[in-house]
Amino acid sequence: MDRVNEFAFKIATANGTGSASANSLIMRAIFRMGIPVTGKNVFPSNIQGLPTWYEIRVNRHGYTARTPDFDLMVALNPATYQRDAAEVRSGGWMLFDSTWPLDERLRRPDVTYLGIPLAAMCNAEFTGVRERILMKNVAYAGALAALLGIDTDIIRTLLTEKYAKKQALKDSNQRAVDIGFDYAREHFPCPLPIRLEAMDATKDCILIDGNTAAGLGCLYAGATVGAWYPITPATSLMEAFAGFCQRYRKDPDTARNRFAVLQAEDELAALGMVIGAGWAGARAFTPTAGPGISLMSEFIGLAYYAEIPAVIFDVQRTGPSTGMPTRTQQGDLMMCAYASHGDTRHVCLYPADPREAFEMAVAAFDLSERFQTPVFVLSDLDIGMNDWMVKRLTWDDAYVPDRGKVLSAEQLEQVKTFYRYLDVDGDGIPYRTLPGVHPKGAYFTRGSGHNRFGGYTEDGEEYADVMDRIARKIQRASQAVPAPEIRTVPGATVGIITVGGCHAACVEAVDLLARDGVKVDYLRVRGFPFADEVRAFAESHAVNFVVEQNRDAQLRSLLMLETGVPITRLESVRYNGGFPMSAHHVLTGVRAKLEKVA
Amino acid sequence: MTYIAKPKVHHPALQKNAIGLVRRDYEGSVTTLCAGCGHDSVTAAIIQAFWELSVHPHRVAKLSGIGCSSKTPTYFLREAHGFNGVHGRMPALVTGANAANGDLLYIGVSGDGDSLSIGLGQLCHAIRRNVNALYVLENNGVYGLTKGQFSASADPGSLSKRGEANTMEAIDGCLLALTMGATFVARSFSGDKEQLVPLLKAGLAHKGFAFISIVSPCVTFNDHEGSTKSYAYTREHMVEVVEADFVMPTKAITTQYDPGTTRSVTLHDGSRVQLTKVADDYDPTDRDRAYGYVREKHKAGQIVTGLLYIAPDSSDMHEQANTVAAPLHDLPYETLCPGSAALDKLQTRFR
Repeated sequence: MDRVNEFAFKIATANGTGSASANSLIMRAIFRMGIPVTGKNVFPSNIQGLPTWYEIRVNRHGYTARTPDFDLMVALNPATYQRDAAEVRSGGWMLFDSTWPLDERLRRPDVTYLGIPLAAMCNAEFTGVRERILMKNVAYAGALAALLGIDTDIIRTLLTEKYAKKQALKDSNQRAVDIGFDYAREHFPCPLPIRLEAMDATKDCILIDGNTAAGLGCLYAGATVGAWYPITPATSLMEAFAGFCQRYRKDPDTARNRFAVLQAEDELAALGMVIGAGWAGARAFTPTAGPGISLMSEFIGLAYYAEIPAVIFDVQRTGPSTGMPTRTQQGDLMMCAYASHGDTRHVCLYPADPREAFEMAVAAFDLSERFQTPVFVLSDLDIGMNDWMVKRLTWDDAYVPDRGKVLSAEQLEQVKTFYRYLDVDGDGIPYRTLPGVHPKGAYFTRGSGHNRFGGYTEDGEEYADVMDRIARKIQRASQAVPAPEIRTVPGATVGIITVGGCHAACVEAVDLLARDGVKVDYLRVRGFPFADEVRAFAESHAVNFVVEQNRDAQLRSLLMLETGVPITRLESVRYNGGFPMSAHHVLTGVRAKLEKVA
Repeated sequence: MTYIAKPKVHHPALQKNAIGLVRRDYEGSVTTLCAGCGHDSVTAAIIQAFWELSVHPHRVAKLSGIGCSSKTPTYFLREAHGFNGVHGRMPALVTGANAANGDLLYIGVSGDGDSLSIGLGQLCHAIRRNVNALYVLENNGVYGLTKGQFSASADPGSLSKRGEANTMEAIDGCLLALTMGATFVARSFSGDKEQLVPLLKAGLAHKGFAFISIVSPCVTFNDHEGSTKSYAYTREHMVEVVEADFVMPTKAITTQYDPGTTRSVTLHDGSRVQLTKVADDYDPTDRDRAYGYVREKHKAGQIVTGLLYIAPDSSDMHEQANTVAAPLHDLPYETLCPGSAALDKLQTRFR
């Protein structure tokens, strides 16, 4: 039976051989055919020569979560032939480079083998060593075009766009595509039963990774100072920001920069610079990953206690310690919520995809300046580094940044005496002043004990007075963070509660459960401290399945601590292996628990 | 005597500077350090330097880390924003603040523990970035607030108050700064206000990171016999390399010194540092020779003071980052956000 626009395939290569551009070509071509598509890059922490995979899922219903069921394996790395062959579903296909014979022991009776002499053909067609390796990748893209029915006109257009100024490269790429395409057409029945047909489901969408989207968000939010220390998987966020700034933040008259990107000596300094800049009145941010947050913890406490805005992106990867730097996880939920010694509690935002990464980047600056506190945006490697199909980003030109309660020189002129930490408005948020504005605005910022007037204190009551107000202020932010996404169905008695990048897997699982007759309500937290709706949702279901990607059920711990909902109502469903979560993980977990509950 | 509040009314006869302010206007709250602390003399010199420069106090930002020295920004310029950050991390705060608002004068005050142990890395990189700030290292060779442990600047053989000898090599902040590429390196002594005030003024006028290490004895934990950071030892062993005098850009430049021994270095704002050679063959614009000279005198048991090195062609962090002239924190939002039309156009790239 043909499976049109509903299948998955995986491409196995070695990294550093240029397969990324071939994979991107395939992804984009399918996307331009109007078919919903998802790509997951599974790459090593290495520059060249180690195994790397690219997974592409095509789904006409629009499901975008990772799927571990592969119909077709493009096995181009002999080092991983064995495990790649094992991953193909029964009845599937395996494409390999038949320039060299395939070890007979790898052959499975339930898999169809498609041998294409990619290396031999490219060696005959191209001369340079580098070109031969690169074009081998483009040739498999051509073969896939024939086997899956990718529109070759779209491929031609994509190559023309990409190599607009490099005619020679365009020609050699096109030749390589043709070689692969023609060979497949001549030797195999094309297309295969897994095939593509043009749709009209991606018109309002873009393909973008979360780091690029977040960097764009920082640009649009008006951030002027970015400080960072390079770390996988957050590096491309600052590179995206810096790249956009080169395009949009050059003074047209002087060609000078309306931004500063500071590459710090470590993450401690990176956050110190952000805090210094925030103190001086700039919108400043730093992108990092879990190891960076560990190092920044001291400064996080300073910003919290001295009430200085700072935006921190945590593109989470697998911990603890160095962990698996190129695998994804939601392992920093607890750490970010309460980072640093002493009593602290932080505003966190949890994007589920690149579109939300863009929107929440902007929201983070507003919240941070409004509440005068560090704000975390907890993305992850999957969101940050993979290309996602999301609705086009939109921008409201009426947007005005919320710079918070900052007194101007004119306002200071009118006040009798300015006190930094006085709760003038009764909302827990004091007024602040910037250095250099007015002599009356001067105060001493300190991470040591201080009273409501900004003076140093070792008096217990004065100390507690400020700490209690800060607690009220942060609690107030629960009403200002993005509201949870809630989907309910009539008659549901159980709920799923999840966070961030688990979203795609969960919504698919909810639909699959419905097909089994299991009605499930759904809530995705989008901000911390949790809005009241989170507690209400958890309390209104006999059982809530808390779905997340870490070992210790961190979201569940946060829910217990913050909402008071008992653990008996919070069943943990989790996966911590480092790959993006699939609906399969959610289903397996929920079904097992449902049996237990029944 | 820290319980006595300073009087706010000034005597009418007090001398005023070019903007009509008296020295008192540059003071802060009363010191809480031990009586006789070298740091208080440094604070007095800082007050004098700002007063002489006729700076509006609120156009200064003063930052520090943690430790006795880091408490001192409360004792000067009460109308300036202060920031007492975390231990050893003041350089990052200054860097960020300066990036956001390059229009202010920045002074960072630190100690030998703050700068040379916990904050060594941050100091090195702030020097490399050439952040436009005056960095004052008040060096007493000892941890005061935790009661008398050796710091990284304690000389080998120097005795603690309990009589233990330091066995490790000392880090010399000035040699470190020279190695890291500092564009302004000076050393002085808290008890030598005549030398210190012009150096501080020159450091504030310098465009870039001005590093001044000041031997500032700890009267409580490091002013005994056997210490190499005591008042007595420092007075006995210091040797001046150059006499520095700071000349404001508005002032007529007069040559007070024998032309054969005076050299004038012009800073970016037109002000000048006039240097009188005390030592033979000393050239404060030759980094390598400055390094060699300090080492050589050190071997002879001498502490070289004065302006050790200055690079008149210093290019600070903002210049290197090619930022616009206006402070970044104050740029109108319209000039920062490309708007919805640009976003629509940009997204064709993501199709």
